[in-house]
Amino acid sequence: MNNGDKDHAALAQQFNRDEPRVNWHDETLWWVRAKRDKAAHTIPGWEHLRETASRIKNNVLSNMYGYLQQFEENARKNGVIVHWAADAGEHNEIVCGILQKHGINKMVKSKSMLTEECHLNDYLQQNGIEVIDTDLGERIVQLAKEPPSHIVLPCIHKKKEEIGELFHEHLGTPEGNADPQFLTHAARLHLREKFLTRRAALTGVNFAIAETGEFVVCTNEGNADMGAHLADVHIACMGFEKLLPQRKHLGVFLRLLARSATGQPITTYSSHFKKPRKGQEMHIVLVDNGRSVQLGREDFRNSLKCIRCGACMNTCPVYRRSGGHSYHTAVAGPIGSILAPNLDMRKYADLPFASTLCGSCSNVCPVKIDIHDQLYKWRQVLMKEGYGPAAKKLAMKGMTFTLSNPGVYRFAGKTGRWVMGKMPFIVNNKLNPWYKQREMPEPPAQSFNEWYKKNRKAD
Amino acid sequence: MNGIKKTGRLINTDQLRDIYYYMNSREKILAAIKKSQPAPRELPVLDFPLPDDMDAQEKFIAVLSSIGGAAHTVGSYDEIQLLINREYNDAARIISLVPEIESRGQYFEPGTNPHLLEDVDLAVIKAQFGVAENAAVWITDDMLPERVLSFITQNLAVVLHRRDILQLMHQAYERIGGRDYGFGVFIAGPSKTADIEQSLVLGAHGSRTMRIFILQS
Repeated sequence: MNNGDKDHAALAQQFNRDEPRVNWHDETLWWVRAKRDKAAHTIPGWEHLRETASRIKNNVLSNMYGYLQQFEENARKNGVIVHWAADAGEHNEIVCGILQKHGINKMVKSKSMLTEECHLNDYLQQNGIEVIDTDLGERIVQLAKEPPSHIVLPCIHKKKEEIGELFHEHLGTPEGNADPQFLTHAARLHLREKFLTRRAALTGVNFAIAETGEFVVCTNEGNADMGAHLADVHIACMGFEKLLPQRKHLGVFLRLLARSATGQPITTYSSHFKKPRKGQEMHIVLVDNGRSVQLGREDFRNSLKCIRCGACMNTCPVYRRSGGHSYHTAVAGPIGSILAPNLDMRKYADLPFASTLCGSCSNVCPVKIDIHDQLYKWRQVLMKEGYGPAAKKLAMKGMTFTLSNPGVYRFAGKTGRWVMGKMPFIVNNKLNPWYKQREMPEPPAQSFNEWYKKNRKAD
Repeated sequence: MNGIKKTGRLINTDQLRDIYYYMNSREKILAAIKKSQPAPRELPVLDFPLPDDMDAQEKFIAVLSSIGGAAHTVGSYDEIQLLINREYNDAARIISLVPEIESRGQYFEPGTNPHLLEDVDLAVIKAQFGVAENAAVWITDDMLPERVLSFITQNLAVVLHRRDILQLMHQAYERIGGRDYGFGVFIAGPSKTADIEQSLVLGAHGSRTMRIFILQS
């Protein structure tokens, strides 16, 4: 899907054209958020768990240099081939190179936001390699030629009728059948054939353990395991921030991940890959792609603690009403909005402004990332660096002038009240961005200043 | 080293190219990280008190049924065998990795071709332990000679001793400790998805059902 150069506001407006659909999207995600609350509240010591996870991740960030080398060494000892990729391009070349070496031109892939970030599928396709996404939601958006709109629920923006149509067209299911049970079964049969015929499987990584060199992949569907255990070559791709120091720390993170994501006590499968099975080749690709820069930004490095649960999206009033695609980046929502500007300030300058700064994201984050503070700080960095939207820059300058000149301020207030009272059509129209989706308020009869002067005299 | 350009790209043999090309990025990344990482922060102590009012088996069974699995408390392997005969009467191929439970149809040669497990109706395996708070069971490849078996089978049955039900995940990792394995997995219930309009469907790509037999002895 090509969003052109539209920014978040323009793309959100597009999404908002269908009001019942926006309401449905909003309610569905809020329901997931409510499930998260229920799961969090039923286990004692939830806050202590979050605090512990946050502190483990702080330790990881502060010793990334040591842990990464420890992980590499242990993974090598386990018989895994370790690669390092400085950026997206190198990551794609490495994966492509492994496949070409084996003469493989078809691969199955389970969910990996990193490969979305690197646009791996497009790259492989250009090199004559077909990729089948095997997570049901990802397969659905792949058939629709769209990117995922949510990191945990990739096709949350799609209605079952649309999915039924897609399956009818691509998998030959009967026309008009939109029953989730039926469609899921059709996908099971369709993808089983892929699992059984593909010689290479790529998976993401949820956690990697420095102490043991193993990595953990969590799914509900079992697609990562079906791919990896049937393939001759298993490639696991990870941003280096997925590291944890020791195996026992998984106890903390596996308790938090699924509860925060969907309200489940744990994902169906938490698979610990340590060594390749006999006769299999296993690769790990460690990716930087801007992460080492983010690690050096004191105000923003905490964003690297993210475990990709999606809780901040489900709770976000802006995400729920604007849809994942409006963020035009692989990771949408509040966390995506603080990660993306690190990669490209110009392209993603709009995202930190796509927030009300209500702070709900920070409150649900299982590793206590100060997401809304970072959104606020990114705004300042972006304005200072000159990436802010032109209209906002102008408005800010106007504000500075007005607020620093009491005479101008009083005059502007008076004029505003007069215009809103006598000639409301001047502000109640499409030219005023504040009027979009809102009514303008009734203007007060007098300002506080005028009221104060009058009442003070009366004393 | 003559073949290395400034970028670290190599023109010589494939093997050398692999080594130098990737070594170069490795060093670049590590140097950047070393420069960027903040001052050392201590690792926290893991201190999670066990709930004192929890009946581990009761909790395990309740959670398992809430995630779509089924539990049976049994007194003996004979009882498990009877239940399997009754529940999977029409299964053509059963692979049991539990010596006390019978297999049916074609067995398999571990380490040959995992694809030959495609038509398994039921796999019976033994779990090392279970965890009450999430009804997950821990299985490693020393008990699972072909890793894909527990995923590719249509139905999964697991034998678990009551004494091996732990309360929290922290205990689970204490129990695993530094043990070596090639592959280990926590499985909690049947495979599932809610990707279509958040409607929960059991049986995505892995097993469609999961039954746990809890031995009381």
